[in-house]
Amino acid sequence: MINRSRRQLLTGLALLPFAGSVMGSPDEHPAPRHSFAPPDSGREVMRKRFFPNVPLVTHEGTHVRFYDDLLKDKLVVLNLMYADCTTLCPMITANLLAAQKILDRRVRQDVFFYSLTIKPREDTPEKLREYAARHHVRAKWLFLTGQPEDLEELRLRLGYADPNPVKDRKDKALHSGMLRYGNEPLSQWSSIQGSANPEWIAEEITYVVPATGLRHTAGKAPG
Amino acid sequence: MYFNSRGEKVSRARWKEMYNAFQNRQELIKAGLTSRRDLLRMGLLTSTGMLVAKSGLSSWGGGDCRYGSSGCGTCASPVTTPWTLPMPIPPVKQAIPVSSLTGPAPSVNPNTTVNPATGLPYEGRTRANQAPALGFPFPAGVVYQVTQQQAQINVSNDLPLQNLWTFDGSSPGPTYVAHYGTPIMVRNINNLPSNNGGFGLNSVSTHLHNGHTPSESDGFPCDFFAAGQYYDQYYPNALAGFNSTHIATNGDINESLSMLWYHDHRENFTSQNVYKGLLGFYLLFNQYDTGDETTGFRLPSFPNYDIPMAFADRCFDPSTGVMAFDTFNTDGILGDKFMVNGVIQPVLHVSPRRYRFRWLNTGPSRFLQVYVTDLTSPSTPQPFYQVSNDGNLLPLPVQVPAVALGVAERADVVIDFSQYAGKTLYLENRLNQTNGQGGPSGSVVSGGQGFLMLRIVVDGPVVADNSVNPATLPAYYALPSVSGSPSVSRSFNFDQTRDGQWQINGKLFDCNTVRFKIKQNSLEEWTFNGGFGWSHPIHVHLEEFQITQGAPGLYGSSSDDNNDYSRWGNQYCWSGCSGSSTGVNLARKDVVRLIPSGNVKVRMRFRDWLGRYPMHCHNVIHEDHAMMLRFDVATTGDTNSNP
Repeated sequence: MINRSRRQLLTGLALLPFAGSVMGSPDEHPAPRHSFAPPDSGREVMRKRFFPNVPLVTHEGTHVRFYDDLLKDKLVVLNLMYADCTTLCPMITANLLAAQKILDRRVRQDVFFYSLTIKPREDTPEKLREYAARHHVRAKWLFLTGQPEDLEELRLRLGYADPNPVKDRKDKALHSGMLRYGNEPLSQWSSIQGSANPEWIAEEITYVVPATGLRHTAGKAPG
Repeated sequence: MYFNSRGEKVSRARWKEMYNAFQNRQELIKAGLTSRRDLLRMGLLTSTGMLVAKSGLSSWGGGDCRYGSSGCGTCASPVTTPWTLPMPIPPVKQAIPVSSLTGPAPSVNPNTTVNPATGLPYEGRTRANQAPALGFPFPAGVVYQVTQQQAQINVSNDLPLQNLWTFDGSSPGPTYVAHYGTPIMVRNINNLPSNNGGFGLNSVSTHLHNGHTPSESDGFPCDFFAAGQYYDQYYPNALAGFNSTHIATNGDINESLSMLWYHDHRENFTSQNVYKGLLGFYLLFNQYDTGDETTGFRLPSFPNYDIPMAFADRCFDPSTGVMAFDTFNTDGILGDKFMVNGVIQPVLHVSPRRYRFRWLNTGPSRFLQVYVTDLTSPSTPQPFYQVSNDGNLLPLPVQVPAVALGVAERADVVIDFSQYAGKTLYLENRLNQTNGQGGPSGSVVSGGQGFLMLRIVVDGPVVADNSVNPATLPAYYALPSVSGSPSVSRSFNFDQTRDGQWQINGKLFDCNTVRFKIKQNSLEEWTFNGGFGWSHPIHVHLEEFQITQGAPGLYGSSSDDNNDYSRWGNQYCWSGCSGSSTGVNLARKDVVRLIPSGNVKVRMRFRDWLGRYPMHCHNVIHEDHAMMLRFDVATTGDTNSNP
C-alpha cells in the first residue's frame, strides 16, 4: 500500500504544475457554507449578471440608464440592429411592429421595445430617428445608441457575442436573430426567433405576462 | 483543500487561477474588450494574433471546460468536496385512493370549471382522454397525485441549500413503478412559486419521455398549465400495437419499454425548468422484465440491485453558491459540476454482485461517454454489459467499454461487482466537449483524466445473486420488423441561421403550425441531416424508431487510451457511420445523436393514439429556441417529404 501511494504521489507531482503549492498549501479546510454571500433575489441575479446600468441615448435624444429607466419594473423586448442593415433588421423590425399591435390588444400592461445598435459610431440619435420614422415605429419603442464601449458591453452581457473571439470580431451580428424578452420584476426571461411570425412572437411574449395582465384570459387556451 | 470538478485535489493556486479566469472574463465583458486593438493594448494578444496563453482568456477560444475556468461561458463554480454525500435514490411513488385526490374528481373531458380560488379553470388539459373510448378503465385503477413545488435541496455540503423546483419535494422526483396492463393516472398539481430566484417559469407541461402516451397526456410543449391548476395525465401502460398492428395479442411484446423518465417540456422554458429540477424516473415492468431476479429475464431485482441514475452538469455562482443558469446563451450550456441524482459527485456503496444501473443524461446540453474507472489502474478497460438502448431492452446484452449518451438518451447496464470486491471505482465521463457550442469534438481523454461523476465503493455484504449472467447472452426482445416499403419518406435538416436561429428544414417551431400529418399505422422513414459543426440529440415522441443507417457509435478511435475500440466491434465509430446498425444500435430508440454533417435514417410506425406530438433536438437550449416541430397523427396523412 505504501509503495502504491508513493508511486501515485510521484505521478501526481509530475503532472501538477503547481505541485509545490499542493504540498505547501496552508488551507486544508473545505470551504464552509457560511463563506458565501447571501443569495440575491431573482431580479438581482439577473440585474447583476446581465443588465449593466449604462447610459444610453434614445432616438428621441433623451439620455437614459439601461436598467433604471428601461428595464426596471417593466415588460420588455430587446434586440440588436443597426440603421444601415438591409436584410435581417428591417424584417425583424417589421415583425416586431406587427407583434406590438397584437400585444396592444392582448396585454393590459405596456410592453416596451428596445433596439440596441451594434454600430453606435454610425448610428447617431438622428440616424436612428430617421430609421424609426422610415419603419413607422410607434410609441413604447426606443432605438438606443451611446458610447461604443457601453453598447458593446450590453451586446456581450445580453448573450449576443460569440464565444469564439475570432468569429465574433468578424461578425457582431452572429446571434442577432434572437430577441430577448422578459418580465423584469418577476425575473422571467427567454429568447424568441426574430424571424418567427408576429402572431407567434406576441404569443411567446405573453408567457411572461401574469394571467391578470391579459385581456382575454378565458379565451386563451394553451396549445 | 481544493478540488476541481473531476474530484482531484488541486492547489490553492490552481483554484485561484480557475477563479481568476472567471473574473478575467467578467472584466473583459465589463470592459467591452473584444477588438483586436483592445486585446493587443492589454497585452492579451500576441503580434501573430494568438491569444496570450493565459487561462483567464481561454474561455474565448477552444478552452477546456474540465477545469471550470473556460469554455463554459461564465461557469466557475465554487470548490466542492467530492464523495461526501451518498447518492440519493428517489423514493418510489405511492398510489392513493381516487377519493383522496385534491380537487374535483377526475373526468374524461378536461375540467374547465373556473376555480374561484384562482380564477383559472381547475384543470389545464384541453382535450378529452382517448383511452376510455378504447376500453381502458376510467378512472384508472391506480391513481397518484404529485405536486410540483419549490424545495430546499442539498446538492453539496460545501454549497448553500438550493431552492429547486421539484416533484413532491425531491429532484429527481419520486420514481413511478408501473406495470404493463395496469393503466395509471397522475394528478399533476402545479404549486410552483412565481418567485423564481432568477430563472424558471411556473407554468409547466410534464412529458413522459419514451411513453406510448395519448397526445393529451404526453406533455406536449404547448399543453402547459399554470400555478394553481392541475393536469390529470392518463398513462395506459399498453404495448404499442394494441389498437393497430397487434390487436389479437393486445400489443406487441417486442415493443416493451422499461426505462422512461418524466421532465418538464414547457415551450420556450424547458431548459430553465428542467435545469431547476423538474425531472424524475418512470420504470415500466412486465412479465419478463419483472423487477425480480428470480423470474422472467432475471435481471437484477428492483429496487436493491436495480438503480436509476440521472446525470446532469450544472453551474453555481462563485459568490453566492447558488445554481446559475446562462439565460441568454442560446447555443448550449455546459456545467462544471457533475451531479448524479441531484447531488454533486456522490458515493454509492454496493455489494460484490451484479447490478442493473439505469443511466440517463438529463443535460442540458452536454454529451457524455461514461466509463467505469479504477483509478489504481486507470488505463485498464473495465467492460460491462449494456442491456438496453434508451428505454428498451436490446435483443441481447452487448459487452461494451463505455456508453455514449446524448441528452435524454438512456442505457441500462449490468455491472458485475463481484470481480471488484473491496475496490473503489468511479463512473467517469471521458468525452471531450470544450464548450456549449457545437458538440463533442469526438475525442476522449485517457482513463482517470475525465470528469469523475460517481464513486462506487464495493464494500457491501456478500449477498446472493440470482440474476442471470449477461455473458451467457440471454435473449430479451426481438426487434419488430421495419422492413418493407415506407409509405412516406421525409427528410429533416437541423441547422442554425447565420444570425443564430435554430431551425428544422429552415422553419421555426410554433405550437399551432402542423408541419405534417402522419397516417396512423403506416410505416414512415425519416432522414435526419446535421448541419456543419453542430451535434444534436434528436427525439421523437409517441413511438420508437429503429436506426437503419448512420447510427452513431462510441466517440474516440482505436488509438485512444489503449482501448482499441476495434476489438469491441465495428459499431464504434464517431464519424462516417454510414453503415447499417450493429451491436447496441440494433435497438429501438427514441433519441439519436446526430453528429456534424451526419445523416441518419430511421423507420417507425405511429400507432394507437391520435393527435399532436413534437419532434425536436433534445439539447434543451436548441429545443426551447425553435429546433422543434409539431406533427399530428391522424386517420389520413400527407406525403410531405420535406416538411
